[in-house]
Amino acid sequence: MDDRRLETVIGRLLQTGVLVSAATVLTGGVLYLVQSHSGRVDYRSFVPGGPSFRTLSGIVLSAAHLQSQGLIQLGLLLLIATPVARVALAVVGFALERDRLYTVVSLIVLLILAFSLIHAT
Amino acid sequence: MTAFDFTAVVWVLSFLAGFLGALTGLGGGVVVVPALTLALGVNIKYVIGASLVSVIATSSGAAAAYVREGFSNIRIGMFLEIATTLGAILGAYLAGRVGTHALAIIFGLVLIQAAFQSFLGNKSSEQPAASDALASRLRLPSSYPVDGKREEYGVRNVPAGFGLMFGAGALSGLLGIGSGAVKVIAMDRVMRIPFKVSTTTSNFMIGVTAAASAGIYLSRGFIDPRVAMPVMLGVLAGALLGAKVLVRARVRTLRAVFAIVILALAIEMIVNGITGRV
Repeated sequence: MDDRRLETVIGRLLQTGVLVSAATVLTGGVLYLVQSHSGRVDYRSFVPGGPSFRTLSGIVLSAAHLQSQGLIQLGLLLLIATPVARVALAVVGFALERDRLYTVVSLIVLLILAFSLIHAT
Repeated sequence: MTAFDFTAVVWVLSFLAGFLGALTGLGGGVVVVPALTLALGVNIKYVIGASLVSVIATSSGAAAAYVREGFSNIRIGMFLEIATTLGAILGAYLAGRVGTHALAIIFGLVLIQAAFQSFLGNKSSEQPAASDALASRLRLPSSYPVDGKREEYGVRNVPAGFGLMFGAGALSGLLGIGSGAVKVIAMDRVMRIPFKVSTTTSNFMIGVTAAASAGIYLSRGFIDPRVAMPVMLGVLAGALLGAKVLVRARVRTLRAVFAIVILALAIEMIVNGITGRV
């Protein structure tokens, strides 16, 4: 595995992640519009939604019940996971290249991302 | 406004923002945030949450094409992502503390900078520079395709570039934008990396940077599914089309016109922020 091959694999991973995520968001979006297209909406003031839109377990649970907004959030979670997977793949790729410096560099980035995501949700 | 009307209008605005963002190289975020806050009165916290996820989508969606061309440098990107992700965490943390009006004013100031950069255009850096010791030790120098051949380039001023990248990450986390413009300045102007390598590597880094603040946005409720859905789908579709058109379009005139529009939006954001209407 050299750098060019690694970058190609990573590029394809990113594209697939975006595609799957966009399809999930679209499915949830269509469901949402079918169910509540004529409801009134107003987003002038900021009111944080419930835990089913803000925590990992809440999102997975509401998506599993095929709730439209839960599905959208699940799609967005997949999207957020895509660059994280990209960094994880780079760790493996650099390790396979026996590039110790950049295995460590990618590992640091992965740890920062993991800290941020786990700390938040 | 009904949910259907809102979704449709937001999708169209986001599509245009993604399209223009791709054509001008400014990215969808800097256009979609003022468009939705000023035109539809959506609270800026919902808008920057939606913008941040659309930034991840466009960055990741375009990455495969950039990789094929062979310009991006994965080592430079990965090394500088240490700085941008740390900055992004700080920025996202601050976004929860700073009030809505202050966010609008800061956003306006960043827009003014973007307008100027768009107006002046991006001048490619001069001759490739020789690497300094630290850059060589980090093995950042590489080569890129020029007229069919691969040409070597050096890298300089790593600490200054690293510091500026921390700032770019903080702006990204604070305002829900990719802050690709600042990333390119750090690489092209400060680290003397060739312009093409800088822009493509910047695009590669934007998604990872945004992912570092996305978890914090999500847990704070900035990412509302009803707002983020049309924004993400619209910006992504617009950006993909923009990237296709870009190959054939003459963008100089467009950039100049666009800079004036951005400047007008910037002033309106700042005025509305000061008078407390955003």
